[in-house]
Amino acid sequence: MTDMTDHPLLMPDARTKARNAAERRFRAYGLTAITLALAALVWLLVSIFSAGLPAFKQTFITFPVTLDAATLDKSGKLDPVEMAKVTTIGYGKLIDKAFAAEIEAKGIAHEVKPKELGDMISEQAGASLRDMVLANPALVGQTIQFQALANGRIDGYFKGRVTMETASRDKNTSPEKLALADKLRDAGVIAVKLNPGFLTMSDASDKRPEAAGLGVAILGSLYMVVIVLCLALPIGVAASVYLEEFAPKNTFTDIIEVNIANLAAVPSIVYGILGLAIFINFAGLPQSAPIVGGLVLTLMTLPRIIIPTRAALKAVPPSIRDAALGVGASKLQTVTHHVLPLAAPGILTGTIIGLAQALGESAPLLLIGMVAFVKDFPGLPPQGLFDPAAALPVQIYNWTQRGDPGFVERASGAIIVLLVFLVVMNAAAIYLRRKYERRW
Amino acid sequence: MSVIEMKLEREVAAETIKIQARKVQVHYGTNHALKDVDVDILSKNVTAFIGPSGCGKSTFLRCLNRMNDTVASAKVSGSILLDGADIYDPRVDPVQLRAKVGMVFQKPNPFPKSIYDNVAYGPKIHGLTRSKAELDEVVESCLRKAALWNEVKDRLQSPGTGLSGGQQQRLCIARAIATSPEVLLMDEPCSALDPIATAQVEELIDELRSQFSVVIVTHSMQQAARVSQRTAFFHLGHLVEYGETGTIFTNPKDPRTESYITGRIG
Ligand SMILES: Nc1ncnc2c1ncn2[C@@H]1O[C@H](COP(=O)(O)OP(=O)(O)O)[C@@H](O)[C@H]1O
Ligand SMILES: [Mg+2]
Repeated sequence: MTDMTDHPLLMPDARTKARNAAERRFRAYGLTAITLALAALVWLLVSIFSAGLPAFKQTFITFPVTLDAATLDKSGKLDPVEMAKVTTIGYGKLIDKAFAAEIEAKGIAHEVKPKELGDMISEQAGASLRDMVLANPALVGQTIQFQALANGRIDGYFKGRVTMETASRDKNTSPEKLALADKLRDAGVIAVKLNPGFLTMSDASDKRPEAAGLGVAILGSLYMVVIVLCLALPIGVAASVYLEEFAPKNTFTDIIEVNIANLAAVPSIVYGILGLAIFINFAGLPQSAPIVGGLVLTLMTLPRIIIPTRAALKAVPPSIRDAALGVGASKLQTVTHHVLPLAAPGILTGTIIGLAQALGESAPLLLIGMVAFVKDFPGLPPQGLFDPAAALPVQIYNWTQRGDPGFVERASGAIIVLLVFLVVMNAAAIYLRRKYERRW
Repeated sequence: MSVIEMKLEREVAAETIKIQARKVQVHYGTNHALKDVDVDILSKNVTAFIGPSGCGKSTFLRCLNRMNDTVASAKVSGSILLDGADIYDPRVDPVQLRAKVGMVFQKPNPFPKSIYDNVAYGPKIHGLTRSKAELDEVVESCLRKAALWNEVKDRLQSPGTGLSGGQQQRLCIARAIATSPEVLLMDEPCSALDPIATAQVEELIDELRSQFSVVIVTHSMQQAARVSQRTAFFHLGHLVEYGETGTIFTNPKDPRTESYITGRIG
């Protein structure tokens, strides 16, 4: 074998070495950037999920309650009007009594003052029991196994938010109550369970984070997204098709084009001001209503649908239009039979992403009063669209403003719900794009 | 009028004139692309347009079915009569015209739909058939005329875009003849095809002549010589010479035609 070490091919020259080094450096930069981005994402997700997942579980206290006819139905006629006169407080007293009796029956020793035992149960419990009885008056006189929400502090204790140490400084609870809670858990009276109420119940007042749910916010957001879909998709597609396929190319359409691009970049809060001025002050629509939110979000979403739709229409090869026109299709037939179906995946993707943005938007909704505390569910559409409602992102904002730490957990849980909706929508967009992507 | 021209005139009159173009001018903005073109296209003949690229062959072809209407900057003047009626008359609907004057494009452009739907599309939108069975028949006969039936009869529902280039072009021809046009315009239909597919399409053009007037743009003089009865030579927007294909190729009158045919301009 001859020695090949000084063969020119085996010895890269200085230029090649420098080029290779530059390439390696560039790769390193890219890798670093991606690693940083991923780390930030993981950090974000971990913090949201660790703070928010507990919101999907709740501490419940289960014990028998005797629905005493003497207090609940004084007339003895099961008359709904008469029965409704018994207030939530009346039911609360009944519950407190039954709870104390249960502790005694189980023979659990504790150092909680008898008067304060009821504080371990959520103030919501009385209202829940009252609703239950009024919905089914036949229950009066029976003894039922009642599942009450535990007070937020007890719930926080089992979730690690509250400790003996913090409880000793907290006027809303005490270490003695926590000790009793531990014993009740061992006795099977208190349990931490999945909490569907987080998704179905409405918002609750500052003192009872344990009872706060996303029901109204989810329904409000759903109403608004449906309004946006029903208005922005047809208007956006019609506008895009007209501009792309029919409109003459002149200065006027150029100006429109520039303006659409600008509108997509307008901060969303500006749309809120616009909505306040037009829909509420001028048109006289109610505040906090999904119809107003939906209209404002429609305005905001329109340019965000028009831009990708026009791009999708532009991407359809002109040869397809020639082919259709060549066999005598009219302009409109060419568009509806050939161009739109080919552009559909792009249009759908753009629409879903526009909807996802609308779903996550909070600033314009704050301005039209959707940040109000809404306890009652909006009715069914179409009237329900005019009832006050909340929206997911605004509910998150709202909960982060509340004092009780229970609401921080609620807010993080709501962020998870919102993220899940957004991920599902984006996944649907990707799926549709993959599925209907055509080659021509 | 010279004796030769008068003789030509009489011959033309003997065969029926399908399309008569007089003083056709086309401007694309400020670009004067077609200047004073006079042509008589005969029925049941293949007419070839030849000439160096950019000389206006496609432009003229696209005037014949008003496809130039879709180009915003194009302005057409002069008169083009189809069976004696001016196709640029404001009362003429270009959509109706295009069903009578079909077109096949340079690049095969089947719809991204099934083979069946490609052919059935024209008859469907023009309401030419009354039942599914009738439509099936039209599709089959068009695919047969386009010499494609045997290759695709077992996969009519598979996408037209999945065919080979030559098959796609024949599918486009089938699609064009499905509206029973009277004139078929073809803009370099073989330029994207291999020699075998080209031969098939050329054979097909010869058969189509029995039913349609065919106008074909080609950059291949051999192709013009093989398939056409009449040839028009365009140069820089002018129609330089038009006549029987044999005469143009063996005995061109204009020196520009001669230099093009002998390969000196191209
Ligand atoms: N859509 C168009 N817009 C503007 N100019 C065009 C267009 N189509 C063709 N032209 C111009 O018209 C002239 C003739 O083009 P064309 O008819 O395509 O030539 P050929 O088909 O003979 O190669 C060329 O100068 C070309 O640049
Ligand atoms: Mg051309």
